[in-house]
Amino acid sequence: MYDAPKLERNVDDRTIKFSARNVHVFYGETEAIKGVDVDILDNTVTAFIGPSGCGKSTFLRCLNRMNDTIDICRVTGDIRLDGHDIYDRSVDPVQLRAKVGMVFQKPNPFPKSIYDNVAYGPRIHGLARTRADLDAIVEQSLRRAALWDEAKDRLDQPGTGLSGGQQQRLCIARAVATSPEVLLMDEPCSALDPIATAQVEELIDELRQDYSVVIVTHSMQQAARVSQKTAFFHLGHLVEFGDTGQIFTNPHDERTESYITGRIG
Amino acid sequence: MTTAAFLCLFALAIIGYVWNRQAATAIRRDGARLHSLVGFHGAFSLLMVLVPVLVVILLWLVLQGHVIDSILKSGIAARLEGLGTGEVQLIIAEIKSIAGGTIFGTPEDWKLAAADRYLALNVRSGQLMLVVVTALALGLMLFSRRKVAADFRARHGVEHIISGLMIFCSVVAIFVTIGIVASLMFETGKFFAKVPVTEFLFGTNWEPQIPLREDQVAAEGAFGWLPVMLGTLVITVIALVVAVPVGLMSAIYLNEFAPRRFRAVAKPFLEILAGVPTVVYGFFAILVVAPAMRGFGQSIGLDVSPNIALAAGSVMGIMLIPFISSFADDALSAVPQSLRDGALGLGATRAEMMTSVLFPAAIPGIVGGILLAVSRAIGETMIVVMAAGLIAKMTINPLDSVTTVTVQIVTLLIGDTSFDNPKTLAAFALGMMLFLVTLIINVFALRIVRKYREAYD
Ligand SMILES: Nc1ncnc2c1ncn2[C@@H]1O[C@H](COP(=O)(O)OP(=O)(O)OP(=O)(O)O)[C@@H](O)[C@H]1O
Ligand SMILES: [Mg+2]
Repeated sequence: MYDAPKLERNVDDRTIKFSARNVHVFYGETEAIKGVDVDILDNTVTAFIGPSGCGKSTFLRCLNRMNDTIDICRVTGDIRLDGHDIYDRSVDPVQLRAKVGMVFQKPNPFPKSIYDNVAYGPRIHGLARTRADLDAIVEQSLRRAALWDEAKDRLDQPGTGLSGGQQQRLCIARAVATSPEVLLMDEPCSALDPIATAQVEELIDELRQDYSVVIVTHSMQQAARVSQKTAFFHLGHLVEFGDTGQIFTNPHDERTESYITGRIG
Repeated sequence: MTTAAFLCLFALAIIGYVWNRQAATAIRRDGARLHSLVGFHGAFSLLMVLVPVLVVILLWLVLQGHVIDSILKSGIAARLEGLGTGEVQLIIAEIKSIAGGTIFGTPEDWKLAAADRYLALNVRSGQLMLVVVTALALGLMLFSRRKVAADFRARHGVEHIISGLMIFCSVVAIFVTIGIVASLMFETGKFFAKVPVTEFLFGTNWEPQIPLREDQVAAEGAFGWLPVMLGTLVITVIALVVAVPVGLMSAIYLNEFAPRRFRAVAKPFLEILAGVPTVVYGFFAILVVAPAMRGFGQSIGLDVSPNIALAAGSVMGIMLIPFISSFADDALSAVPQSLRDGALGLGATRAEMMTSVLFPAAIPGIVGGILLAVSRAIGETMIVVMAAGLIAKMTINPLDSVTTVTVQIVTLLIGDTSFDNPKTLAAFALGMMLFLVTLIINVFALRIVRKYREAYD
């Protein structure tokens, strides 16, 4: 029924990167996330699936404290990265976000050149000592995001002049260039054609060697192809979390089953 | 009579509306499909009557004075034979005041007769206008009524008339600008016929006192605009040194850092600042700021003049703060949240996010605001008239007293003036230069805004 996953599914012996316990998120009075417990493993791709508006993006944004930028948003509960509470007072969200990169649901390239877009993170974090280093990082990141061939001759042109799908790949390259430990991707392929999608999926699989990746997707096939763990969200609850193979072939919860077979959505 | 003409016009326009509407409704009731809604048929008649007749009434009112005057003059041409224009004007004015009922002494009989004729002419003109207006309005109303038919495109007609009105309104601004510039240029030309252009442009001496009467003893007068312009620049620079940092910082704070509640309080205060009349800023400058600065300066042993440029400039700067901060505020809040998120999500600090993403994206709006503030500072009059000096000096010392272009224009035109000597004409030349300087700055501002526009979307 689904494409066979590329790699082995046996990941339970890996170290825990993120562990979330009893997380609630409120936008003003409304509760968008209603008590989520989840463990995200290192060197693993975790997929978040669920119907639109169920809180996938909201929960993803908790993991690098992007919700701090929304005035009315309040997060309670316990989220630990490598055992340290990321909502602790002593944690600097800036350093957290350097470690936990993010690709947003809507492509948001800076109104700068393609080169400067990709070089932005390395520059602010001082990752490149020489211009040649920086050039190498930019090239490698663009290659990984499958954008190099299209962009190599126009690196000095504005990133906002690219097509929607190219912009999204530029944002992926920009996030990858910072070499985060965890990469959060919010529907990275929703604007991409099948070829670019395949390339990005390949990238995700490659990133898994070094990083932990969390991907939000509306495509069941994609979740099945790239992820080892899958979390199904529904109306702010984490309904089911487990190995991707188990979720797609033998879901325990009937809501999960109806969603993946296309009955709720 | 004028009131009657207006009433008549409005009544006919409304009747035309109702009549056309009913006619169109009747056609529809007979089963035909109308091209336009009945309301458009009515509106067509309304506009067809209203617009042309209003134009006629306005033209009539503008022109009738001249026509009546010339008829009056031709009636008493024999009496006016050989008199100068001034005397003729005096006689006409006297006749009009007699007609108005104010009689001084015992006027000659022919003047009384002329006054009667003047009154009669006015009444005749009013009656004629009423007749013309009524006839024209009726004619247009009948014309519109005859147009009503199933396939008559009343909506297109109405749209044409309305778009014509809109074109007219937008053209008004253009013509007014052209007219102002033309009159400035005309007077400036007369000035340069009396004072050489080079002396005006490169002279460093501004002493526009010249003898008004033959027997008056006064200096020859010197018309070099440089010291005056320098004064304007000194005050403008001081104003910007105050306004730009304060305005920008407050905009950044309010936009990026301020808690909602503080913003809710601070914004209205900035708007109040923008609403203070400049005269009040003037008081503030002479009564509070200047004495304070002088006292402070003297206490540390500086030589401070009473009309200190720093006082006028810094108060003008306060006036400009809301200007700059509201422009910068708009520009900053127009930058999409997703761009900020992008930078923050890569681990940028707020400061890095601002300097590397927010400012480059918002800079056109910010620069546009600053340049508009410059134009305002250069053209500002009230504060400097009250708080800056009158004597033009080639100095850039902010503790000295300087004068500005606008102050000089005001002083040149105050009092007993006639518009044929270099002293008064100099005001137009200064005005022209002011216009040119502000124009150049505005063009510059527009180009910057255009160049960077759509940097993000
Ligand atoms: N900035 C915000 N302010 C108020 N409510 C919000 C905000 N962002 C999200 N929400 C609400 O939180 C809930 C979850 O939104 P979220 O964006 O996490 O959904 P999602 O699962 O990512 O949906 P999609 O698949 O459509 O992206 C929604 O009901 C939404 O209305
Ligand atoms: Mg989402």
